[in-house]
Parts: sequence; structure tokens; C-alpha cells
Amino acid sequence: MIRFKMPSLGADMKDGTLAEWRKQPGDFLQRGDIIADVDTQKGLIEIEVFSEGTLEKLLVQEGEKVPVGTVLALIRPVKGHEKEEEELPVTSVDLHPIEEAKPSELPKSTKERIKISPLARKIAEENHVDITQLKGTGPEGAIVKADIEKAVSKKGKEEAEPIDLKPVPPSVESIRMAVAAAMSRSNREIPHYYLEKRVDMSNTLEWLREANKNRPVQKRLLPLAVYIKAVAKALDEVPDLNAVWDNGLVRKNEINIGFVVSLRSGGIVVPSILQADSKTVDEIMDAINDIIPRARAFRLRSSELSESTFTISSIGEGGADKVYGIIYPPQVGIAGFGGISEQAFAVNGMLGIHPVMDITLAGDHRATDGLIGSRFLGALTKYLQNPENL
Amino acid sequence: MSKMIKITYREALKQALREALQTDEKVFLMGEDVGRYGGAFAVSKGFLEEFGPDRIMDVPLSESGFTGAGIGAALGGMKPIVEVMTVNFSLLAMDQIINNASTLLHMSGGQVNVSVVIRMGCGIGSQLAAQHSHSWEPFYAHVPGLIVLSVGVHEDARGMVLTALKSPDPVILFEYTSMLNMEGEIPENSGEVDISKAKVRRSGNDISLITYGTGVYKCLEAAALLAEDGIDAEVLDLRVLRPMDEESILESISKTHRALVVEDAWRSVSISSEVSARIMEKGFFELDLPVERLCGVEVPMPYPKHLETAALPQPMDIADKVKKMLRS
Amino acid sequence: MQKKTVGKSKVSSKQGNKLLHQMMLIRRFEEKSAEAYTETKIRGFLHLYSGEEAVAVGVTQALGENDNVLSTYREHGHAIAKGLDPKTIMAEMYGKQEGCSKGRGGSMHLFDASKKFFGGSAIVGGHLPLAVGMALASKKQNLDNITCCFFGEGAGAEGEFHESMNLASLWKVPVLFVCENNLYAMGTAIRFTHSIQELEKRGDSYGIPSASVDGMDLLAVMDAVKKAVSTIKKTGGPYFLVCNTYRFRAHSMFDAELYREKSEVEEWKKKDPIPKFRDYLLNANLLSEKEVDAIEKSVEKEVDEAIDFAENGTWEDIRDLTKFVYSEKEAE
Repeated sequence: MIRFKMPSLGADMKDGTLAEWRKQPGDFLQRGDIIADVDTQKGLIEIEVFSEGTLEKLLVQEGEKVPVGTVLALIRPVKGHEKEEEELPVTSVDLHPIEEAKPSELPKSTKERIKISPLARKIAEENHVDITQLKGTGPEGAIVKADIEKAVSKKGKEEAEPIDLKPVPPSVESIRMAVAAAMSRSNREIPHYYLEKRVDMSNTLEWLREANKNRPVQKRLLPLAVYIKAVAKALDEVPDLNAVWDNGLVRKNEINIGFVVSLRSGGIVVPSILQADSKTVDEIMDAINDIIPRARAFRLRSSELSESTFTISSIGEGGADKVYGIIYPPQVGIAGFGGISEQAFAVNGMLGIHPVMDITLAGDHRATDGLIGSRFLGALTKYLQNPENL
Repeated sequence: MSKMIKITYREALKQALREALQTDEKVFLMGEDVGRYGGAFAVSKGFLEEFGPDRIMDVPLSESGFTGAGIGAALGGMKPIVEVMTVNFSLLAMDQIINNASTLLHMSGGQVNVSVVIRMGCGIGSQLAAQHSHSWEPFYAHVPGLIVLSVGVHEDARGMVLTALKSPDPVILFEYTSMLNMEGEIPENSGEVDISKAKVRRSGNDISLITYGTGVYKCLEAAALLAEDGIDAEVLDLRVLRPMDEESILESISKTHRALVVEDAWRSVSISSEVSARIMEKGFFELDLPVERLCGVEVPMPYPKHLETAALPQPMDIADKVKKMLRS
Repeated sequence: MQKKTVGKSKVSSKQGNKLLHQMMLIRRFEEKSAEAYTETKIRGFLHLYSGEEAVAVGVTQALGENDNVLSTYREHGHAIAKGLDPKTIMAEMYGKQEGCSKGRGGSMHLFDASKKFFGGSAIVGGHLPLAVGMALASKKQNLDNITCCFFGEGAGAEGEFHESMNLASLWKVPVLFVCENNLYAMGTAIRFTHSIQELEKRGDSYGIPSASVDGMDLLAVMDAVKKAVSTIKKTGGPYFLVCNTYRFRAHSMFDAELYREKSEVEEWKKKDPIPKFRDYLLNANLLSEKEVDAIEKSVEKEVDEAIDFAENGTWEDIRDLTKFVYSEKEAE
């Protein structure tokens, strides 16, 4: 069977709307016949077939807009020897290896920047001259070569402090391996228990709609920001889950919420919103907007990767209904947020259609029991449903 | 060492062209008024009588047409020297130079090469106002596939066109009309010169004055002024604006650790921006001062002499700028 | 089968077979290219020549091996007619290094110096000065070849057309200007673009002998080009031939053809040069149905082979990216 696909008529054509089928199943098609009219941004274009055969089946309805490469119809070839077409995913091949952005150098300290010429800095480093002790004579008081030379001859050689090593940026492979190791260890060592709860999200979504009404797109709040804040508040109420297991439960003072970010290259990273309990929802949203692009570019600070005290995993819109996490050791819990969907749900004895979300908790049974976990889910539900109090 | 002779820039250009026409039958000169008029700037005066109308071709005012024909003649096996009277008119031939001369080798996968030399009279300084005072070196130097040369000294006037004719690839040769009457000294047996490297015109240790074209003599003059104040400036003549000789720039910077780039062209997106960027990329840790530039003021060239002079870097300006840089 | 004198031109059955074969090959090659384009095997712009085959084939058959051809971005037909291997053309359009321009040019920039085919130029009118220059070089070197330059009527409105006509006549160089007037400069009809639509009249103002011919009729084109070439050989100067023709397909692949009526296209399809010439050969007993079938089969096979060749071609190493910028060294 020949798969007749939405043709690509130009690099700027991404999709087309099937305006009209000019042939019907059973029709015999000759090479060059017009099989359909397709509406594009340049107007209606007649689409020709390049093979002979009988139109077997139409797969796309008139009026439907589909991407280039979508199979529109099946054609039964006239001769038996026509090659069966292979189904290939329509993707553009990028021949350019993507260069990963390197992390920018982190400020070594909060001290005031020293103005120094590149040459002077180089000579200073070679000779271990402490430039913080020098006064520059160059433009705007910058230290220039002559200043260093003077210092060298006066003081002689002196050992400079070793320079801090920059954090090494993680690579795709190293991330994959780190995830693999942590998850294997978790599954091997941690006896997980699982709890779940269904939450009516009507109020939350209404609140988000209101909050976003007058905001520019880049300032809009995502549900994720609400989840993080709600989790932080719930942990504040149930501190046994904001802890690590180190031959015993050790509570953490700070509430740092790790959240799972999927990478386009595969794998995940779990950056952290530090001190989420003391941030407003807006501040958390800003932090998310700042952190996600950096996470995807491997430009996270090490603290953002290592200091989570609790982790959440959120599936997002249109995804699975429930997610059961695996605890990221040495943490003792992970919360899962499923996709929001409309379900029959009874409120105050009235059955209605509500947007609901299933939230889950995986807890470390060595550290806590189901009762604690259940209290946490209860608190979380309360905060989720009353976002105005967050 | 051969004997030095005094010669004008015009005469040097003329001798080079004559030598080219004498030594290779395939070489011919085509351009507006190159024959009967004797060349708009009298560079080819007498050539028509000496070489005849087949080799000294007056052409109609069709910059795109005759430049394209020169490129076509090169494809056909000849060695044309196309003279575009002034760089200002070359804008009308840009389609031919950029869409044909620079691309044919590539589009044909290396099958055809365009061995053409396109000379353009350029430069500022005779109160010719906005349309006749352009410095388009940066435009052409932007284009891969072209070799862009700038004739900044007499020795190059005497030799560059000869070497350019041996290039299998298209060469744009910038000649400076304001220098035509200027006298200079060159070795008696001057001829072909290297067209791959920049050249140090004056050696110095304190700062590199990096320049080309009319900037070369201006920088040399400035260097002489600075020497009186005990400042030892090096003058580097870029000469080859594409492909740029990065190595010589870095070598000079590694010695002086300071650079001032000087040109008549407008400052934005210019040769000096390019030089400055390359120093930043590859010579950053040799720098003891930020790179600075002196360029044409960004205004269409005004007619009055005093404004024209003020619109261009002058030797005094260069010297002052250097002193300011080194004093700080 | 014996050689016959037919119509205005003499075509032997062998020659007739060859010319029909070329036209059918070009047509089929274009159809396959369109197909490959919709499958994204070919990218960039793809301008197809269907309908205009009699011009490329009719003109080129009068040229010799040493005659230069320069063409436009709608040049697959000219390239095939000038003897380029359809395999290397298809590979070029696929961007493979086995292509006639090593994959660097694509559909719009086919080159083969060994066949004296100097491109596919995609700036309308930009190659006309080159053609004049190549003819000038021939004249200066006392070569007896001519340079043939194909362009569309759209180019006739460019300054470079007028400059080139003037230079060619002024210098008296052996260049054959062939204007393929297919009535549309992309989507704008000639009546909106030319003050004088009988383009051959333009020749008069430059003192260039000129003629126009029905470009849908191979025999007529052959007659006209014969006269053109003999004039050039006799005078050593230029000639301007306007071939009135029509493209059956859109300007390029992504074109909704809003600017012309379907009925107009259908009208012109009745003048399709291929069936016309085929029927002529059949009626004159210069060719049999069986031979036509054989041509069809052969063309199918050649085009399939071209596709196979292109499919099996190789991608150039990215490390060679900066090749062909300068002759002797790589670009920086």
C-alpha cells in the first residue's frame, strides 16, 4: 500500500489544511492527477499524486489541518512490484552538532571587581602577585603591566592563594548515569510506601485565572509555582518529611524543593527552589523561569542541584493521571502531581464535573509511616485548594 | 640593495599596469574612459596608442554590464583588469562582484575560477561631497571568495596589480586618488609584491597603529610626531583586508600590548571593528590597554573643506589619541 | 527507416528519436524531481521546466561541444540537453557530493565545465553580462565557439539585459541570447511588466538581428536557431531569439497560482510540444509506436537510475565546509 502524505512544498510550509478531496475511495489514480486541494498560507494548492493505483482509503477529513508528512490516504498500487513505502518519522535532521553552552564563570566572591588589564592579570598570575594589594596607574585606576612589574621586583615571588575550582558542568551522559545510580540505590535500599489523594482543583484554577488575567505572558503563573509553594507549606506542618535518612531521621531546617525537569536530550535534572517556604508564589515563579532554561543548558549552580530537601514530580497538562515517584536519596519523600482532568466528583453531596488532580506521596518507611504521609497529603490538599493563603 | 628611485603613486600604478600588459597577451584593461580620455585620473594615459583598442577598452557607463563581462571574460580564459572609475560607482556592479565573482567557484564545486582583477579608485579629500567620498573597503572585505587589497604605499602601487593578476580568484584592488600626486621612494627594480601578509611599515615598541590605505602615511606621520615625545609607535599596514592576516596583527600586539586602529571608513561595522574583535578573541591576554579606534565620523561627507578634514582622522588626531592612551 | 525531408526542417528518424527522447527525459525528470521535493529529498527552490522542453532541446541541438551555455534557475532542461548526466543533476539536487556541482549548488546552480555548461544563475539577468564576457573572451582568443545564454522574459526588464545587449552589439561578440518568454515573471504577467511585449523588437534598438518563434514547436525552434547560429557565424556578432512558450507547472513548488486561470493552462497544454513532436514523427513514419514505448521505458529507467544514484550518494564531510571559497586555500 502506498502511503500518500501531506507534501512539503517549501521549507516554510509546516502544515496544510485539507480543503477538498478531489478523488474518492475506489477511484483510479494516474500519475499527475490532482487528488486534493490543500489550503496553505499561500492559498489553495492542488496536490498531485506521483504514483498509479486505486485510492483505498482517506485518512484525513476535509477541513482538518495536519503537519507535513502526515499520511493523508492509502493508495493500492496498480502493479504488485511497487515498493512498500517505509514509514519514517518526519523529523528534520540537524547536521550541526549542538555546542553546549559552557557555564559562565561564577563570581569568586562578592568583593568589588578589580580593574586590571588582561596582560597584567596574566603576568600577575604567572608571578603569583596578589593583585588585591596593588593600586593601578592605568585608565580609571586599572592595574596595568607596569604596576605588576613593579610589584614583582619589589616583593619578589610570593605564593598566591590557590584559585577555587569552578564546578564542572554535568554532561548528558553524566546526568543519565547519576540518575541511574541514584534511582537504583533508592529502589534497592528504600522501602517505599505509597499514598494518593484526589483533589478538586476548581478553586485553584479559578485563582490562577484571576491572577493571570492582567499579567503579560512572561509573568504568568504556572500551576507548578503553586504546587511548590503548597508543598513547602505542607512540609512546614509535617517536618518529618522535610528530612534525610542518615541511619536515622534527620530533619532539615531549610525547605528546598527539588522539581523534576525533563531534558530535550533525554534524562532529567532536579534543580531546587531554595527556601521555598519563605518565597511568595510570584518569587517562586520567577525562580522557575530563571532556573529551567539554565537547567536545560546545564548551567545550574551546584547548590541548586544538591541541596533539595524534598522533591516533586509534576506531569503537566494532558499527561498521565498519576505519577508515583521514586525517592531521591537521602531524602525521605517525593510528591507526584498528575495531570488535571475533568471528572465526576462529589462536593458537599452534589455530584458534578470538576477539574481534579491526583496527588501521590512516596515515603521512606524507615523514616515515616503512612499516618505522617497521610497528614502531609491532607495539608497539601488544603494549601492547594486555598492558594490565596499561600 | 638596489638603488632607490623617486616616483609618484600615479606613475607607480601606471608602470605596473604597463608591465602587466606587456608581459601577458591575455591581460587587457577595460573601464570607463581608460582609452581615449587617458584614464579618469590619467593612470592609463598613452596606453591606447601603445596597446591598441582591443587591449585598452573604453566601455559605456554600464558598471554592472562591463564588470560582469570582465568576470565572464575571465571564465573564458582571459585576464581582464576591470577599472571601475571610482568606488562610488561600484555599488552598481555589486551584484556581479558579490553574486557572481565571489560565488562561481563555490557554486560550481570548484570547477570554474574567476581570475579577474577589479580596480577601484577611492579615497576622500578633494571636496567631492557625499556621493563621491566613499570608503567601501569594509563592504567588500565582508565577502568570502574575494581577495581585497588596499594600496597604501608606492611600493604596492608598483607591484600589487602584478601579483593580483596571478591569483586564480577575484581580486578587488583599492587605489587612492588622493595619493596620486604624492611622491615616494621605491627600489628601482620594484615589481611583484606579496599579497598574503600585512606589513610593518615602521617598527616600534610602545603601541601598534594598525591601518590601511590612506591611513598608512598618516600613521607614519603621527609616529614621527610621537617619536619627538619619546613614544615609539609601530605602524602595521594591513594591505590584505581579506583574507585578513591575523598573525601579523597578533605578532605586533604581542610586542606592544596596545593598539589604535585607524581608517577613513565609517566606524560602525568596519575594518577596525574586525581588527579590534580579532585582537579580543586571540590576543586578549596580551592587552595592557583597551583597543581604541580612530575612524571616519559617521556623516555623509560634507562639501566644505574644513568639515571634510574634520570628518577624517588626521596625523595630529592620531598622535593626540596615542598620547592620551599612554598617559593614563 | 530512411531519412525524409519533412516540414520546414530536416529530421532523420535517428535524430527525431534522439530529440523526442531528450524532451521526454526532461519531462519525466521534472516530474520525479517534484515528487522528491514533496518528500523533502530536494529542498531550496525547485523551478520546473515542463512545457518549455522544445526550447532547450531545439536550441541546444544546434550547438557544438565547445559552445558555452549559461542559464537560469529553471535550468534542468538546458543541462540535460547540453549533455549533463541526469544522475549527477539529481545528485546535485539532493545535495550529494556526487552532484555535478559537488552538491554545493543545488537545483538552481548546475555546473559542468567539461560540458561547457556554466550554471544555473539565480539572480534574474545577472548571467547576461557573463555571457557577453565569455563571448568577448572567445573573440579575443580567435575561438570559433559561440556562447548561448538562456533567460526569461522577466530578465528582459532588468538593467543588465539592456546593458548586455548594448555591450554585445557594441563589441560584436558571438553570443546567442535566447529569451524564453513563458508569459509570467514569477506571478506577474508580461502585460504588467513590459512596455513592448513583442520582445524581439528590443533587438532593433541595439542593432541586434532578432526573431521570435513558437517555442512550443520543436521544428520551428530548430529552424529559428539554425538561422540564428548561421547569422552569428557569419557576422561574429550577437543574435536575439525570443521563444514564446509556457510553463505548465507553477513558478516553484510553493505557488498557489493565483495569477492565472486554470483554463489558460489547459489551453496551453493542448500545445504540449512533446505529443506534438511525437505525433509528427509517427505520422511521418519516422518513428513507430513501438519505438515510442521503448523511449518511454528507457526514460523511466534513466530517471529511476538518477534517483538511485542520488539516494546512494554521499554527504560531504562537514569538515570540508570551507572548501571552494578560494582556489588554492581554504577560507579562514
